[in-house]
Amino acid sequence: MIDWAHFTPWASLSGGVLIGVASALFILLHGRILGISGILGGLLPPKANDATWRITFLLGLFAAPFVFSALAPAGYMQMPRIDASYTMLIVAGLMVGIGTRYGSGCTSGHGVCGLSRLSLRSLIATGTFMVAGFATVYITRHLF
Amino acid sequence: MQRLSEFMVGLIFGVGLILSGMTDPAKVIGFLDLFGKWDPSLALVMGGAIAVGFFSFALAKKRTVNFFGGALHLPKNNHIDKRLIIGALLFGAGWGIAGYCPGPALVSMASGQAEGITFVAAMLVGMIIYELAQRTIHKPRITD
Repeated sequence: MIDWAHFTPWASLSGGVLIGVASALFILLHGRILGISGILGGLLPPKANDATWRITFLLGLFAAPFVFSALAPAGYMQMPRIDASYTMLIVAGLMVGIGTRYGSGCTSGHGVCGLSRLSLRSLIATGTFMVAGFATVYITRHLF
Repeated sequence: MQRLSEFMVGLIFGVGLILSGMTDPAKVIGFLDLFGKWDPSLALVMGGAIAVGFFSFALAKKRTVNFFGGALHLPKNNHIDKRLIIGALLFGAGWGIAGYCPGPALVSMASGQAEGITFVAAMLVGMIIYELAQRTIHKPRITD
């Protein structure tokens, strides 16, 4: 059953296009894959001559919520809804941190860039984390 | 110039994440709730991003240097191995629990949201655990 009440086709499609534009600019201008877990993980620890581009990119990402709220029409910004408890946020954060580094990528690196460049490895990774996500939500929402 | 461009790419990416709805964990979980009331919005995020990404990576594959004259770092690793699958499973499960993947989590942290800060702190600990484990095991690995 589709949740039409929360379906936001145009905002999601336009947001997706912006994500695609950013990935395109990053590979063509800077020769880098726009993968957040890789960009962040490469700073732990920072290596000589390989830290600045990661930091400037992340600073741009950190500026996004401020720029967005300045540009968006009044009342457009909706408060995010978070159901997970702090304990579960910590458990999930640890899993995402270890998992994305062990599997060499997340939604941006494997999901967007990997699928865009038709990488079978990224297709397998994306299929796997999507199925794991579907299964986890099925368990937490419908079994317990 | 290069630094400003990296910052702008991060900014465009972050604005795309917010506009698309990826920074709202309830929306992410609505998408992962395939067997409940399913919100298909995030499929359009992926579709929009890949539609743009596909052409840019096709172009990138034909080039040898990036716009600024530096190296073009396209992943060479094609191995589909245990670490890819286990990593993706762990990431997907964590994503399903909290509704955060790395990019949107960083944006939520930057906007000062306590849940986002908590998740990112745990995620960084997870990434550090991975780095330390990697060093202890000392297995040579093929990097992306």
